[in-house]
Amino acid sequence: MPSLSHSRRSMPSSLLSLTYPNKELFHRQYALLRGAVPAGFPSPADDYIEGRLSLDDHLVQHKESTFFMRVAGDSMRGLGIFDGDLLVVDRAMPATHGSVVIAVVDGEFTVKQLIDTARGQLLRAAHPDYPDVHIRPEQDLSIWGVVQWNVHKV
Amino acid sequence: MPRAIALVDCNNFYVSCERLFQPKLEGKPVVVLSNNDGCVVSRSQEVKDLGIKMAVPWYQLKDIAKRHGIIPRSSNYSLYADLSNRVMSLLSGYAPQQEVYSIDECFLELTGIHTVHAELAQTMRQQIKRHVGIPVCVGIGATKTLAKLANHVAKKDPRRDGVCDLNTYNPSELDALLAYFPVGEVWGVGRRSTARLQALGIDTVLDLKRASPKRIRDEFSVVLERTIAELNGIACLELDELMPAKQQIICSRSFGNLVGNLPDLEQAVIAYTTRAAEKLRNQHSIAGGIQVYIRTNPHKERDPQHQEAMLLPLHEATDDTRLLCHAALQGLRRIYRSGYAYQKAGVILTAITPRATRPRTLFDDVESQQRSHALMTTMDAINRRMGSGSLKLLGEGTQKSWAMRRENVSPRYTTEWQELAVATA
Repeated sequence: MPSLSHSRRSMPSSLLSLTYPNKELFHRQYALLRGAVPAGFPSPADDYIEGRLSLDDHLVQHKESTFFMRVAGDSMRGLGIFDGDLLVVDRAMPATHGSVVIAVVDGEFTVKQLIDTARGQLLRAAHPDYPDVHIRPEQDLSIWGVVQWNVHKV
Repeated sequence: MPRAIALVDCNNFYVSCERLFQPKLEGKPVVVLSNNDGCVVSRSQEVKDLGIKMAVPWYQLKDIAKRHGIIPRSSNYSLYADLSNRVMSLLSGYAPQQEVYSIDECFLELTGIHTVHAELAQTMRQQIKRHVGIPVCVGIGATKTLAKLANHVAKKDPRRDGVCDLNTYNPSELDALLAYFPVGEVWGVGRRSTARLQALGIDTVLDLKRASPKRIRDEFSVVLERTIAELNGIACLELDELMPAKQQIICSRSFGNLVGNLPDLEQAVIAYTTRAAEKLRNQHSIAGGIQVYIRTNPHKERDPQHQEAMLLPLHEATDDTRLLCHAALQGLRRIYRSGYAYQKAGVILTAITPRATRPRTLFDDVESQQRSHALMTTMDAINRRMGSGSLKLLGEGTQKSWAMRRENVSPRYTTEWQELAVATA
């Protein structure tokens, strides 16, 4: 492309359209020219060019239902989730026994582990100082999403 | 095979977006206000139940808001746009054709999909609610106009569980339903047409369906004639898959405070022109003219009033922010008068054409065009990556005394790393 754009620049545009009245032909010649430019030995890696790895591909399974949240507090450190960490939360995943979830308790988000018991579900912290949050039968436990990954700055 | 078109519409969309990240707003009366916290643009069901209408100025509601504990939120369009894109992306998977009609609604072509459409619609509702957290209603009909009406039925009648498929009605059932709704509920029938139709004895949707197309065409318009055909199940409006490139781009806003001096107005006009030029480049177009206008507050009747607009044709169509700003400022300086307190300014880009079909003239400076394009592309790329407004013309200013008032704006939970929702551990 460089050689052509140079010649094009030095030519008034009106002249350009006179010289190449056929647009298609112009583009074909253009393409030929372009292919001819890189002289020298072809890179042996050409056939192996692949997209570079993307963390998004790795961490985000469903792009429409994945949200990020910030952690405040240390009640989940037993599961490696620390204050200030970044959570990757997927609303599409089912919350089952043992899932780390974002739950809504009294209108606020909390991150805890969901535990099934014989008497219903409860939210468990991963820290000895924090008691289980029992969900009373009349209380509505709302699971906002399921934590898929925790991004922790080392 | 009968035609089946679905209209999927988000319920109280802006309020639903606010509630997703602030669950404590659930069950409470919430309104979202327009720019500068001016008017009500979205209401929760609790607010609708109080009889508060759309577009009411917020200052008129202060008393009733206090009495009922109505919670106001400023518009957070970054959040709404992101959630809208998620909803639309999921919905596009349900049909071979989708027309995104507005930020909170889209048409889907269900013709030929061999499944019970009402069940498919329930699946959509459940998926959108669970995956994105936004409640939606689905209306299905043989035409876009009927789908729109079906959606209205689905929203108003709680027994329907958010879905209404008019294609399952037999003709007499359908007419009975259409007789129930006033003609003003029909898509595209405005307040003025409603009054004129009522004068002709056309009160209900059924009346309009049975009206003489020729008479309606003569006395109203060919558009309303088409509406009659659509109510009769004859599809006249196709799904437009791509948003057509806009023929006009408007960027205008009311100021947070009244502005009297020219430098502040200039900043505002540069900011609006910058925004408009970005939109222009986004749709790969160039503009042949720019109109700039300013006006004082017409509601402050005792203050001196001035409003004026000026259209500036560009000698060469362009998408370059600098050239557009230059023209807009020339216009502004011509129409500005000192001694007035201006409330609003705006710019309108006109004579918009695709960039690719720009006519070449004998005097084209190709080199400077290429450099301009390179610069604008770079500027857009940086702003996309580093956040909108990272790179801008200095003339836009850094301290915006005129900037919008958004006193109750929520964080941009999904588009800014610094504003993520917090989960306590």
